[in-house]
Amino acid sequence: MSEAVFSRLRHLLGERGIERDATGLPRAVPETSEAVAAVCRLAMEEGWRIRIEGRSTWLPPDAPAQVVLSLKGMDQIPSISPADLVATVEAGVTLENLRRHLDDHGMWLAVDPPGRSDRTIGSIVATGTSGPLRLGMGPVRDHILGGTFVTGDGRIITGGSRVVKNVAGYDITKLQVGGFGGFGIMTQFNIRLRSKARADITLTTGGNRDDLLVAARAILQASLSPAALELLSPAMAAGAQWVLAIRLLGPVEAVQSDIERLAADSGLAWETLPAERSGAFWTLTARAALSGLVTLRLGALPVGLDETLDLVVTELDEGLISAGAGDGTIRWTGNATPDQIHHLRRISAAREIPLTLERAPWNIRQATGHFGAYREGVGQLVERLRLTYDPSQIFSVALEGSQHE
Amino acid sequence: MTGAVIDGLIAIVGPRWVKGRVAELATYRSDGLPTHESTPGVVVLPGTRDEAIAAIRLLHHHQVPFVARGAGTGLSGGALADRDGVLLTLTRLNRILSIDPLARRAVVEPGVINARLSDAVRQFGLQYAPDPSSQSACTLGGNVAENAGGPHCLKYGVTTNHVTMLKVLLADGTVVQMGSPNGEPWGPDLVGLFVGSEGMFGIALEISLRLVPLPSAVSTLLAGFPTVRSASQAVSSIIAAGIVPAALEMMDRSCVAAVEASIYAAGYPLDAAAVLLVELDGGAVSVGVESAAVELLLRSHGATSVQVATSPAERSRLWQGRKKAFGAMGRLAPDLAVQDAVVPRSSLPDLLDEIDIIRKRHGLVISNVFHAGDGNLHPNISFDRRDPDLSNRVRAANQEIMSACLAAGGSITGEHGVGSDKIDYMDHMFDPETLAAMCALRRVFDPDERANPGKVIPRHRCREWTNGRSRHVPGVTGKPE
Repeated sequence: MSEAVFSRLRHLLGERGIERDATGLPRAVPETSEAVAAVCRLAMEEGWRIRIEGRSTWLPPDAPAQVVLSLKGMDQIPSISPADLVATVEAGVTLENLRRHLDDHGMWLAVDPPGRSDRTIGSIVATGTSGPLRLGMGPVRDHILGGTFVTGDGRIITGGSRVVKNVAGYDITKLQVGGFGGFGIMTQFNIRLRSKARADITLTTGGNRDDLLVAARAILQASLSPAALELLSPAMAAGAQWVLAIRLLGPVEAVQSDIERLAADSGLAWETLPAERSGAFWTLTARAALSGLVTLRLGALPVGLDETLDLVVTELDEGLISAGAGDGTIRWTGNATPDQIHHLRRISAAREIPLTLERAPWNIRQATGHFGAYREGVGQLVERLRLTYDPSQIFSVALEGSQHE
Repeated sequence: MTGAVIDGLIAIVGPRWVKGRVAELATYRSDGLPTHESTPGVVVLPGTRDEAIAAIRLLHHHQVPFVARGAGTGLSGGALADRDGVLLTLTRLNRILSIDPLARRAVVEPGVINARLSDAVRQFGLQYAPDPSSQSACTLGGNVAENAGGPHCLKYGVTTNHVTMLKVLLADGTVVQMGSPNGEPWGPDLVGLFVGSEGMFGIALEISLRLVPLPSAVSTLLAGFPTVRSASQAVSSIIAAGIVPAALEMMDRSCVAAVEASIYAAGYPLDAAAVLLVELDGGAVSVGVESAAVELLLRSHGATSVQVATSPAERSRLWQGRKKAFGAMGRLAPDLAVQDAVVPRSSLPDLLDEIDIIRKRHGLVISNVFHAGDGNLHPNISFDRRDPDLSNRVRAANQEIMSACLAAGGSITGEHGVGSDKIDYMDHMFDPETLAAMCALRRVFDPDERANPGKVIPRHRCREWTNGRSRHVPGVTGKPE
């Protein structure tokens, strides 16, 4: 079977467009949206299942499939428009590569997803994995103006636009942000950029969780507007106590003024990280999310953060936790069984808190699904969306678990 | 409309809230855009969520098309129903259901007027950021349907960035809860898909919104420029400097003249070819630093005058002219054709020159008032629709402006929506496959296509969207276009 698949794909894409993965599975490496569409059409005709891959540094490359479709060949940045603060990038471009290019123009993409910096933009968007900057800069969805995706039956769809404001037609690109590739393969994005701030300062303070949460509330009530305000568990902070980290961006004078207010408003002593350490601090925090087999995301309200953290610690463990003290989003990494995930998902759903499985080995993804415990009416819509955009279910994605919620 | 349907609706909402007389229906035949009118078969005004659900279930039973409508200020020919359709007006569903100042959330019914929410939360030091120019009249349900913007969306984002959760009534009468109080979705981003779907996916019965703190400092600057081009270049320079103003608005000479001749006169410089209204907000130090930087940039790009509002009253006066500009333009001619295209910000100088050339070629009065910071143009053409030659020239000029915006890499609409008005431009912006994918998306939510039929997507331009498996799934796909 594998040989026949390999041969068909080689015929379709040429020698350059086909290789084998570590397990010997045929891996298509298309370089255009048209080639991605051709692979999807062939897979649908042949009844093959496709595993979508970026650099395989976030989701393990273990979904069962006859074909791997890697976006690593789509690694171009067709345009950067500094005057419009917009860029067009292919899905296989890595975040670190994009950062380097934007840096030359004094701009940046204001996202700081968990994982390694060589994650692809496609992976970040498909999994909707925002980091601490979601507080001040918005989640991943807010940075995507439009783009191109390929459906399971090989159609090329281009939604949104390249301008920063647009309501023409339905916002079909939203379906792909955080859709885990269940509704199509994003191949290209138009992204919103920002000019780099003149000052970018990170400060940290340690203590017990309750005190830090009280301080975080005081900071927000004082109308400071941090770009990030993240509470890190001791294991996440690689220390003996919980850490509250704040990131301030803006004009130098304004950031300096905020730093002075910070100590007064929070009543805590803060350490200002030197520039060379602040970058490393956030990089290590992002990478720590890879230090366990499973990563979960819970969307709580900041006012209920304390209670939701208790729930997570009780049902799982204190392990590796990064929690948005200003927006309420909790990311937990560790080892959890499908039963534990199901149980936590049910309890949190009763509190109107969605639990998304961001990352896990296939056996856990298959059992629990990325999504579950849907609210009223959602399941039916998700099923229809799936059948509309991947009618033959060629994408090997566990959107919903095999175990009933 | 059959008697059974009308009797059924009367039984649900009471006879007072079903309107069918010609004079009553006339109120509902336009959404403020003079070029598109349609008289509905009947108008229904449910007073409760349960009445709205019962009405929609009745219409589903009889397979009657319907259009949801708020205040009717959309300016796109979107919230219009024709003779065989029911117009469901939601202005009686106007309760603010809850305000949680600590969580910075509000839950509202769709008929709540935009400005009323900000008024209600001000006592907590909060505001609802999206502020369409019609905010004193438009409803939050309408804002959700259109993904409405407004001057302050440059910094704070448009409606979709502020909706965290929706309870939606689908056309078949089922209720779906999308999103969560946090904003995190249950599965794919259904809230993101629903917001801006122009009433074609269903009706938002409950809307949970994010509130933001009122800024501790605000600085508003008004600058007059000798040319539109120099004002446009000042806009680009502010954005390029990494400054994100809360608002960055431009008005040209024609607009300024209309405002200054009206009761909304704000003291704008009449000798300027264009004025820029720039507002910065945030912490006091940040606002002070950026305000000084903006003033320098304005002057270095040729501003002949710069006023800095020093009091809330002065600020309010400067904004009054901008917010009421559309009303002031009503003095210029009986009718106003309103455009809403978007271009890349760097294209603004050339595009505004191009619009001026088009204006001269067709001998028209065009007043530009727009969100310069995000490239969202509103070239408004004053005319009298009773003059067929003039109407034809307006139509031709509109098409040429739209083509120029698309050629610059822009969009046909930034905040008003497609509705009926821009449906013919959709295939200039999207290919047949994408239009078909949008049709298929609509059928996920409304398989019978009864919610606001005939709007947004030019069905005849869609590529066929069928597939073997989905053909067997009720209400999914399978209908050739």
